[in-house]
Amino acid sequence: MSWKIWSLKKSPWVFHVNTGACNNCDIEIVNLLTPKFDVERFGIKLVGSPRHADALLVTGVATAQAAPRLREVYRQTPKPCVVFCIGACACGKGIFTTGYHVVGPVDKIIREIDPNAIIAYVPGCPPKPEAMISGVVKALSAL
Amino acid sequence: MSVPLNILFWIIVVPGTVVLGLVACWIVRKVSALVQWRVGPPLCQPLYDIMKLMGKEILVPQDAQRTVFMAAPLVGLTGVLLLSIMLWRITVTQTSFVGDIIVAIYLMVLPSLALILGSSASASPHAAVGTSREMKLVMGYELSLVLAFIVVIIKMGRLVGAGLVEPGLQLSLAEIAKQTPVFSISGMLAFLVALLCVQAKLGFVPFDMAEAETELGSGILMEYSGALLAVWKVMQAVMLVALPLFLVVVFLGGFGTTGWPLVWGIGKYVLIVVLLILIKNTNPRLRIDQAMKFFWFYCGITLVAAIILATIGNYYGIGWL
Repeated sequence: MSWKIWSLKKSPWVFHVNTGACNNCDIEIVNLLTPKFDVERFGIKLVGSPRHADALLVTGVATAQAAPRLREVYRQTPKPCVVFCIGACACGKGIFTTGYHVVGPVDKIIREIDPNAIIAYVPGCPPKPEAMISGVVKALSAL
Repeated sequence: MSVPLNILFWIIVVPGTVVLGLVACWIVRKVSALVQWRVGPPLCQPLYDIMKLMGKEILVPQDAQRTVFMAAPLVGLTGVLLLSIMLWRITVTQTSFVGDIIVAIYLMVLPSLALILGSSASASPHAAVGTSREMKLVMGYELSLVLAFIVVIIKMGRLVGAGLVEPGLQLSLAEIAKQTPVFSISGMLAFLVALLCVQAKLGFVPFDMAEAETELGSGILMEYSGALLAVWKVMQAVMLVALPLFLVVVFLGGFGTTGWPLVWGIGKYVLIVVLLILIKNTNPRLRIDQAMKFFWFYCGITLVAAIILATIGNYYGIGWL
């Protein structure tokens, strides 16, 4: 394992992208960063700019409005990076499958511009913070 | 100091300062975590962050001024490393030149100047807002910081008058480091203001409006990624060593290199860092206009009072004033 991947596992900085979520998953993500779970123990930090990020926490179905922005955010994230689809909507399309405004799911949008993107799925409506931690651990150990 | 020891010292001084800076970075994060009732990151976390950033892709925005964008972090890091080398030289070899406090003041502006240059070259609207805030902040605290040092220089003037210090040497840090101006009313006021100015220089809350993670998405550093961001992070880490050390040298009577003076010196440094962290963790972010008003109006008046007190003290030969 190269030192790049090793150090990436030691300090994954995350950027939160909302592509039309109902805010439920977002609340759980914020919950993950509170003192109760304290993910800074593992070096996980929420950053404000995709250029600082190593992982994108994507929530929501990827609506027609949000999809171009999601592609742009993914392009602006320095590689290597991991995309996390958080919640049922981001993994599949959830209850919005037949919605007129839905162009997702998220992995399809990302694969359009980068077929080799590393994508991890954390299902749930919303997923528990413990499930997200487990997802992050699994994705990082698969790198 | 013997010659081989001297050579060894100058070889390890730069990497040593960077390592100390990373440790200081960890102390900031750990103490913040403890204040917030968390566990906090492991000791090597700042090192992991730097390593990871070094291994990542560097993205340069399409409209950016490439040269300035890439050179600015190096300029900032060079400035702050030079400052720390000057301070170690004064501390360890006890030598300095007349007027090095002025050189140090210039070197201390260099990181902020580099940040302004780099972020304004990045062609990002968020960075532009951050840049304008950083400029205003620099204009705000620089006046107070220089006035605070002038108080110390005025107090040194009394020693020159008494023949304890040679004329001209009141401007040299090695002489200033032998005094403790903080044990007087004017020195105490100047120290408190200088502490807040250092808080602003480090970009800590309540003066982090230029970086402002929640509203500007890390503002001035927004467009930086990969190794360039790592250089900025190292610069901020070294500033965490250099600026408190500078305050120790100017206000608290400097550092020893052996025995109790060394322990006592480390204690002073830790005291200043802990004060900075506690201010950081117990205050909300100010708006830029509030910060400027704070530095120009409240700190300005405090320092004018301190200068008047120090001058009166000099005139009548009262040391504690």
